[in-house]
Parts: sequence; C-alpha cells; structure tokens
Amino acid sequence: MSFLRSRFVQAVLILVLAAVLLRYGIRPPAPWSVFTLYMAIVFMGVLVFVSADADSWRSFVRPLWSVLVDRDKRYLRYGLMIVIPLLLGYYAYTQAAARPQAPPELRAVHPAPPDSIDLRGKPFNISGAENPLRKDQASYATHVAAGAAIYFRNCMYCHGDNLDGQGHFAPGFNPPPANFQDPGTIAMLQEAYLFWRIAKGGPGLPSESTPWNSVMPAWEDRLTEEQMWQVIMFLYDFTGQQPRRWESH
Amino acid sequence: MACDRWNKLVCLALFAAVVLVLLATLSAGAQDTTGEPAYRSFPVLGSRLAVWAVAQLHLNFAAFILGVPIFAVIIEIIGWRTRDARYDWLSHEFVKLTFAAFSTTALLGALLLFLFVGYYPRFWTYMTSIFFPTYWIYALLFFAETFIVYLWYYGWDWLSGPRKWIHVGLGVLANLVGTSILVVANSWVTFMISPGGVNEAGQLTSLGAAINNFTWMPINIHRLIANIVFGGTIAGAYAAFKFLSAETDEERARYDWMGYVGNFVAISAFIVLPFAGYWLGREIYAFNQTMGITMMGGFMSWLWIVQAILIGILFLGSNYYLWLGMERIPGSERYRKFVPPMLFILVIGFLIWATPRSMVVTLDEARAMGGTHHPILGFLGVMSAKNTVVNLMILTTFLSYILYRRANRISTRSWAGMAMAVQWAAFGVAAVIVVFYGVYGYFVESMVRIGFSVYQVLAVLACIVLVMAIDIPLFRGARSTGTIRWGTIAARSQYVLIILAVTFTWLMGLMGFARSGIRQHWHVYGILRDTSPEAVTPALGYAANVITVITVVFFALVMFIFWLGGLGEKGKAKAHGQAAAPAIAGGSDVRPS
Repeated sequence: MSFLRSRFVQAVLILVLAAVLLRYGIRPPAPWSVFTLYMAIVFMGVLVFVSADADSWRSFVRPLWSVLVDRDKRYLRYGLMIVIPLLLGYYAYTQAAARPQAPPELRAVHPAPPDSIDLRGKPFNISGAENPLRKDQASYATHVAAGAAIYFRNCMYCHGDNLDGQGHFAPGFNPPPANFQDPGTIAMLQEAYLFWRIAKGGPGLPSESTPWNSVMPAWEDRLTEEQMWQVIMFLYDFTGQQPRRWESH
Repeated sequence: MACDRWNKLVCLALFAAVVLVLLATLSAGAQDTTGEPAYRSFPVLGSRLAVWAVAQLHLNFAAFILGVPIFAVIIEIIGWRTRDARYDWLSHEFVKLTFAAFSTTALLGALLLFLFVGYYPRFWTYMTSIFFPTYWIYALLFFAETFIVYLWYYGWDWLSGPRKWIHVGLGVLANLVGTSILVVANSWVTFMISPGGVNEAGQLTSLGAAINNFTWMPINIHRLIANIVFGGTIAGAYAAFKFLSAETDEERARYDWMGYVGNFVAISAFIVLPFAGYWLGREIYAFNQTMGITMMGGFMSWLWIVQAILIGILFLGSNYYLWLGMERIPGSERYRKFVPPMLFILVIGFLIWATPRSMVVTLDEARAMGGTHHPILGFLGVMSAKNTVVNLMILTTFLSYILYRRANRISTRSWAGMAMAVQWAAFGVAAVIVVFYGVYGYFVESMVRIGFSVYQVLAVLACIVLVMAIDIPLFRGARSTGTIRWGTIAARSQYVLIILAVTFTWLMGLMGFARSGIRQHWHVYGILRDTSPEAVTPALGYAANVITVITVVFFALVMFIFWLGGLGEKGKAKAHGQAAAPAIAGGSDVRPS
C-alpha cells in the first residue's frame, strides 16, 4: 500500500475519481462546458493539495522527476514523448473539426425588459407595474380559472400541460420553451416582466446578445390586457410560485 | 527614501498634472457649446476604447494610492504604540510605494479629462452643468492630499519621537482627504448609473440629490474596501518581487514579512468585500430592474461565472499562502491535519459558486436536460446556493487565519479548553445558520430569500467577532513553540502573491465593465443617450481582452515605477553605505494581530 502514499498517485486518483463522479454521478449528465469547468477547479484544488507543504511537494514531484531523468525509465520517457503530442493533437482536432450538430450555445437567462413598451398604440410602464387583478381578491379564483382556460387554449402546446416546458411542440424548438415549474424562472421575476414577455413575445426581445431564436408569438394582438394578467395569475397559482415584488427605495 | 532628483521630478509632474486638471476643468465649464460636435473620433482605437483604457488605468492607480495609506497609517500606529521600529519602517515602505504612483495617477486623471473634453464634449458639458461646483472641491482636495502626503512622507524623521503623534495625525488626515476625493469622484460615476436631483429634462434641481444619488453610498463603501484589498495585494506583490530578487537572507526575511502583512491586510478586507458587493448589486436591482436583470440574468450573467472563478482563485490562493507560511512557524505541524478538510470545503464551495445557471449547451445536451436549465445543477446556479458557499468559504478562510495566528503559540490560560470549545462552537453554529438559510431559501418567495442573506452575513460576522474576542486574550502572553523563520517560506508562495495581485486587478477591471456596461446605450441612464457609433455594449470576450491588455499595461507601469524607486534606493545605499531597514530574520515571533 506504500504505492498509495505517493502524492502523485493520490493526485491522479483524486482526478480520476472526480472525473468519474462528475461525468456519471450526475443525471442527466452535466453539459461538457460545465464538466470541464468543474475539472479545472478540481485540478487547481489538487495542485494546492500536493504543494501545500514541502514534504508533500517532494513526494509529488519525485516520480515526475524520475521519469524525466532516470536511465531505467527511458522507454517510458520515449513513450510519453510520443503519446502526449498525439493526445494534444487529438484534442486540437476535436476542437477544430466540423461536427454534424450545431455548436454549443450560450443564452442569457433573462433578457432585460425595457422601462416601458408601446401597447396597442399607448405607452405602458413596465417598471413598477403591478398586476391590477390582484387588488380584487374576491375574484381571484375567477381570474385564475379564466387564465387556465387561456393557457390551455394557447400556451399548453409548447409549455406543456404541467407547465414544465414539455409541450407537444417543445422538442422541435431551440431554445426549448420555458419551464415555469423551475424556481429559477417566474419565481425570480415581477409580474410586469411576464406581461412584457407575453405581450411582445420573441419579436419584442431586445437587441442585446442577439440572436434570441425565441419562437414565442407576440400575444398583444390576440389577448386583451386583462387576459394577459389572468394567464399570469394562473401560472403562479398552478406552480405554487410567488411573483417577485418590487423593492422600495 | 528615494533620491531627491526623482522626488523633484515627481513633484514637478504632479504639480503640472493638477494645474492641467484645473485649467481643463475651467475651460470645459466656461466653453460655449454652440456649434460643438457631440463626438469626435479618437484615431485608430476609437474614442470608447481610449476612454475605457485610460479610465481603468487611472482607477487602478487611484485605488492603489488611496488604499495603501489606509493600512500604512494603521501599521504606523501599531509601530508607534508598540515602539517596534519594524512597523514604522514597513509603514514608510508602503507610503513610498504610494508616493511613486501618485503623479502617475494625477497624469492619467488629466489625460482622462482631456479625452472627455475632446472626444465626448456634449457628455462633458452636461456633466459640468450638474457637477461644476464639485470640481473645485475635488481640485482643492487634491491639493490638500498632495501637500499632506508629501509632509507625511518627508516629515517621517522630523516628526518622530515625542512629535510622532503629529505625524500619525498627518497620516490620518491624508486618509480622510483621500477618502473625500474618492467620494466626490464616485458621485460623478454613480450619477451616470442612477441619476438623481434632476428633472425629466435632465436639468439640475438639487446638487445634493445628484451627489447623494441611489448608488453613491453603496459604491463608496464597496470601493473603499476594495481599494484596501487592492493596495494590500499590490504591496504584497511588490514584496514578493523584492523577496524573489533578494540577495541576502536578511533582505529575504524583511520582504517575506512585508508580503505577509500586505496579504494579511488584503484578506482582512477581502472577507467583507463580497457583502459590500452584494449590497451594491441589490441596490442597483432595486433602483432599476432593467439594469439589475442585464447585470445578473441578462447578457452579463456569464460575467458572474468568470467573477466566481477569479474570486475562487483569490480564496484558494490566500489560504494556500497561509498554509505555506505555516511551514516557517515551528509548532504549526499540529495544525496540518486541518488543511485537507479546509481545502475540500473551499473546492466544493468553488465548484458550486462557479456553477452557471444558464449553461453553454449543445442541442443534444439541452434535450437530455429537458431545457437549458439542468434539473439538479440548476439548483446550484441560483443565489441561495452561491450565498451559502461564499459564506462558508469566508468562514474557512477565517479558520485558516486563526490556525496560522496560533501556530507557534500555546495558551497558558486555565480556561483555554473551554475557550477553544466555544470558538469551535461559534464556527459550527455560524455554518449551520448559513446552510439552514441557504436551504430554506429554496422554499420561500424571492423577496424573503433576498432577506436571508442578511442573516447569513450576520452569522459569519458574529462568529468572526466572537472568535477574535476570545482569541486575543487567550493567546496574550502565550508560550512560544519557536520563532518564525522569516524568509524561509517556499518561493512558490511569492508567485501566489503576484497571482493574487494580477487576479484582483483583472477582477476590478471586469467589475468596472459590468458597472459601466449596464447603462448600455446611455451616458447618463435614462437622461443622456449615447448616440455615438460606439454606443453598443461590447461582448464579454471583447471586454475580457481589453481588460487583459489594460492589466498588462498597468503592471508594466507599476514595475517601471517600482524599478525607478529602487534605482533611487541603490544610489542612496551606495552613498551612505547602510541599509535603512531594521533586521527581521529569525528575530521575532511577534506578528501583527
């Protein structure tokens, strides 16, 4: 077991174990971009681990030094001189070669809304806007029911009957439709934000970080203002999420 | 002390810079804008890039000359009260670094002003219409700062002995004036983000409200702390450079100690910096959701992943330096077993902090995940998880420091066992509170969750205060297990100090881009639109490249200035045949605490 006392062996084992855990221990698998980020951090941690004191550092460096200079390791040395450039070349090839699928894409989580929009010819302030229907708590259930009807008539095909973004058409879209059950979507936003997105859809997205590729239609010509607020109430009610409130300042 | 010729040159350059600033300011204020173009084009680079580069360089130098005197005067006070000449020498050494960078800061400030006046005349005229009275205050403060710092530096020997209190008073005054310069300049910058004191047409209604605008105080606090961290890391890097090029053990010991103090100051301020940053971010979000979303969830969201990686490197590097430093302390061996678990917490925290909410994915990966958010890792990409791990990383770093602090001391107090149990309990309770609110945050609405960060921060700060309150009396008069062998630290620790300085400088540039970029196509948000051809906010990759070049230029300038300072030292040492610094090697187990 003295083999395991070598810091070099320990470092390699930690890296292998971390790679296996991160690659196969997470389901569905983490995207390659995240996996490489994680492994870079683990590698940094391992370097700190092996070099945090002089004895450990010497133990780590010893086998490397031995391979570089010892006569009895010359065949291993020659082998590595061939294998390492080949591996680097293969890595360069995989990075540069054309692939049959679209390259990885980075999307912003939430496009930033404008302060105000033009809604059917009149200005509408997004910043600070509240859902007017929430003032009428007596009719809350009526509004939610109306919102549900609107949702299942118009939105369900993409966003799914469970509001989880798994609608019938969802597999055909990139980016996929929003998953409202995810606590990182509508729970992070004010209702005014949703109103803007529903009213203006994909065509109304800002120019920052374009293209957005969203197929969300603009609903302002198909739904009334009240209907859009109703469907927003339904989204929050069905998922059990609370809309973000405006902070006072 | 640097040679007289160099100092005269510095004096002349500084004076010229201040006069140029004043003249340019007055002419900008007095000019008639009739027929004035809104923009001019800077050759080759373009106006935006030119202003960006000079502004960032100016800010880097300004941060350095405002941050270093804060801890220099604290060190001077320690030396004054403890009558330990080493601290006095160190404080003097730190001020010398500041001093060398002083004129460069002023020159870059004057150059920035020329760029604004020449290439963004409409913008500058508007800013002048709001802030003209503050220009005079700024110029006068700059004069006052210059004279006080000069007096502080040159009067070091003259105001020693019984007159030392006057000298310390000068140091404190220099810092008060320096901080005032910072807050005046901050009012201009923050007005551009969150304008106040103006009517809908953008005309001034209240200068006080324009100065005390929504983000002014958060940025004042954030920059003040960040400047101390920055000053500490640059001073640490300077000491590392001197350590690596030292020719004698005595010199190596002295700069090892200097590097330790610089890093100690940087870590101490760095521990509270994330809290100030979080406050600033929250205030920006509260002021305007468009800017808040652009910054945190919009096209700048990946900038925070880059930031997390850089801050993770700072945490790892700072702890690593402390662990390597323990090797020069006899008796520290008993604490080595704590290193692997602390490293494990830091790495796990780093992994979680760097987990992106919105991932770079291929179409196949997105389909496998059922969307662009990963069903498991997505939980690590939100603020609940990130706030939790950053607080745990801060606690771990503090534990590292506590272990370092007591590495060669054994308490002789009868109540030592109980005291240490209470200290461990404080760490445990703080960690439990942090994790509890981190997990609970997933089950409440966002507004409530945001408030939880306050409890997490308070738990960590309370732990730090309680542990230190116990630790100081606990180890007063403690038995020593041996003196610190200054100068024997592994050379790689010095490269870590340099990495910390470069990383922090780069991080400052990145965050400056974020703060400025959230205005997008506005000079003054919502009031004065940027109608120039360069109005578009650059992409992250481009910004990162620009900031990298600026960082390289900054360090090249810093190295040149330090080299010039060293040139003066060499001449002086030869002329007098003596070194001014006190001996440190193997000398003492007394450390700043």
